[in-house]
Amino acid sequence: MTEHVHKDTHSDRPDYAVVIRNLHKWYGQFHVLKNVNLKVARGEKIVICGPSGSGKSTLIRCINRLEEHQEGDVIVDGTELTNDLEVIQTVRRKVGMVFQHFNLFPHLTVLENCTLSPIWVKKMPKAKAEALAMQCLERVRIPDQAGKYVGQLSGGQQQRVAIARSLCRRPKIMLFDEPTSALDPEMIKEVLDVMIELASEGITMLCVTHEMGFAKTVADRVIFIDGGEIIEENTPQEFFDNPQHDRTKLFMSQILNHA
Amino acid sequence: MTEMAGTPYKPGEHPDLPPPANTIGPIAWIRQNLLSSPSNIVMTAVSIWLLYTIIPPVLDWMFFDAAFTGANRNECRARVGGACWAFINERFSLFTYGFYPIQERWRVDLSFILLVAALIPVLYDGLPLRKFGLYFSASFPLLAGWLLLGGLGLEPVETDKFGGFMLTFVIGVTGIAFSLPIGILLALGRQSELPIIRIFCVVFIEFMRGVPLITLLFVASIMLNYFLPKGITFDLLLRVLIMVTLFASAYMAEVIRGGLQAITRGQIEAADVLGLKYWQSMRLVVLPQALKISIPGIVNTFIGLYKDTTLVIIIGLLDPLGIGRSSLADTKWTGLSTEVYLFVAVFFFISCFGMARYSLYLENKLQTEHSR
Repeated sequence: MTEHVHKDTHSDRPDYAVVIRNLHKWYGQFHVLKNVNLKVARGEKIVICGPSGSGKSTLIRCINRLEEHQEGDVIVDGTELTNDLEVIQTVRRKVGMVFQHFNLFPHLTVLENCTLSPIWVKKMPKAKAEALAMQCLERVRIPDQAGKYVGQLSGGQQQRVAIARSLCRRPKIMLFDEPTSALDPEMIKEVLDVMIELASEGITMLCVTHEMGFAKTVADRVIFIDGGEIIEENTPQEFFDNPQHDRTKLFMSQILNHA
Repeated sequence: MTEMAGTPYKPGEHPDLPPPANTIGPIAWIRQNLLSSPSNIVMTAVSIWLLYTIIPPVLDWMFFDAAFTGANRNECRARVGGACWAFINERFSLFTYGFYPIQERWRVDLSFILLVAALIPVLYDGLPLRKFGLYFSASFPLLAGWLLLGGLGLEPVETDKFGGFMLTFVIGVTGIAFSLPIGILLALGRQSELPIIRIFCVVFIEFMRGVPLITLLFVASIMLNYFLPKGITFDLLLRVLIMVTLFASAYMAEVIRGGLQAITRGQIEAADVLGLKYWQSMRLVVLPQALKISIPGIVNTFIGLYKDTTLVIIIGLLDPLGIGRSSLADTKWTGLSTEVYLFVAVFFFISCFGMARYSLYLENKLQTEHSR
């Protein structure tokens, strides 16, 4: 396995935000993830790409235990994931996630979406939670929409609310699962701008995306997954200009020809 | 620049214009809905003629030619040709209270007033101090139970004295109040990952749905005595209440399960990721949405339950229909079944129509998409 950051470290903590070792996962008989190894340094931005069904979403969903793995270790900020609910809660407290389809709560307003977790999980007083939520909404540049229901917003606005909702939990690590794939072309930029800004603030990011421009601007490393295995990982520069593996070259040519 | 045929505006400068005058307003409505085609014109004419021939005689019978006072049937019929409401008038307190002791009937009245007061905070969420109102609503069943049954300083009243509309309200309100929470638990239990809970819920729901309510009422009235240890009896009305509630809960569970299935996996995942625990994510994320979707089905079940309370006549409880039937046996008032059944029907219709309208109001109020 290649390591581009912190080559000299033997211990898993505290230098790494996420350590994945010999990870295997099956859906029934189907072997989705095959011996995945990945170390993510603190503050590192990683872009994960690969064809559909390759296991890239499954991989990042293993990090906050939306998917259970059958073999191997997943260690998040020094905590190894087990079946223990307390452990899972501890990990989830540190990890924010943004979904392809936003998964905002349509029965709540934008502000209520953001304050839900601070009020009910962190037991924050309502006024304080609302102040925090407004801060987060300002970071994604939609404080003026706070009183609306999410169904009244555009896709791009909804995804930014979803980012703000995650930020309200002050996560150390952010997972993005194809955050712009469900958006109209006009709205992709406003979401990517927010993500780029977030990246500049030093948060650890793992992002499944095919936005190559974003990868070039933000990523420290690009990881290509196919058939449940990490085929190639490299700096964006090398990855795009000089892909090593045939499978990567094919994938790149398909993406670029299409775009 | 291309010229659009007949458009005086440049591209991008077209203002918003009002719709054509003949597509809005009452005249347009009449043309669209009543006179849109020759066959519709005929149907409209026939409908107006039918209404003209049916409504005036009905109104005459019910109101203008009806007798509201009189000592017996013959007095009624001798004076006018319409309905004999004097009968209902005379039996009104029996219809309302059943055989509840006359000097204690204020307790029933008070319970009814408290019921209305307890419903207000449940039904309208804009109320000031709603939280305290809800505490009162939650304590209402105990309070009403004490008022109606007596004890603790009040004259005890046996439940076999309950009857009429009061009995309908007792069974209906108890069934409605308890079947919703039990139904929610059953619906969640049916989706549980714990096999014991899931199997219990499935078996319970399928059994309750698979057996007619009348059968359950017979079980409650007769067979339960065989199963209970000797010397232990509990009140017939209580047994009926339990059976009706459980029966409605099973239907409720299936209605709510339909709502739960409409909630995407993503909603639950988002709640998980935000750190909400199971019951928190159910209460704050899943159920508010699932119940909102299920409102028509839930109210449908409520209305069904409310009307099914008339089935208790079979095991000898005197609901309004039972009172009506026994009243018809009075020789002074024979042959007035139309009046009796119409009266009972109107009572049930008003209650059920009220529930249906409230459900529509609630659906509109909870509409959060594009509500502007």
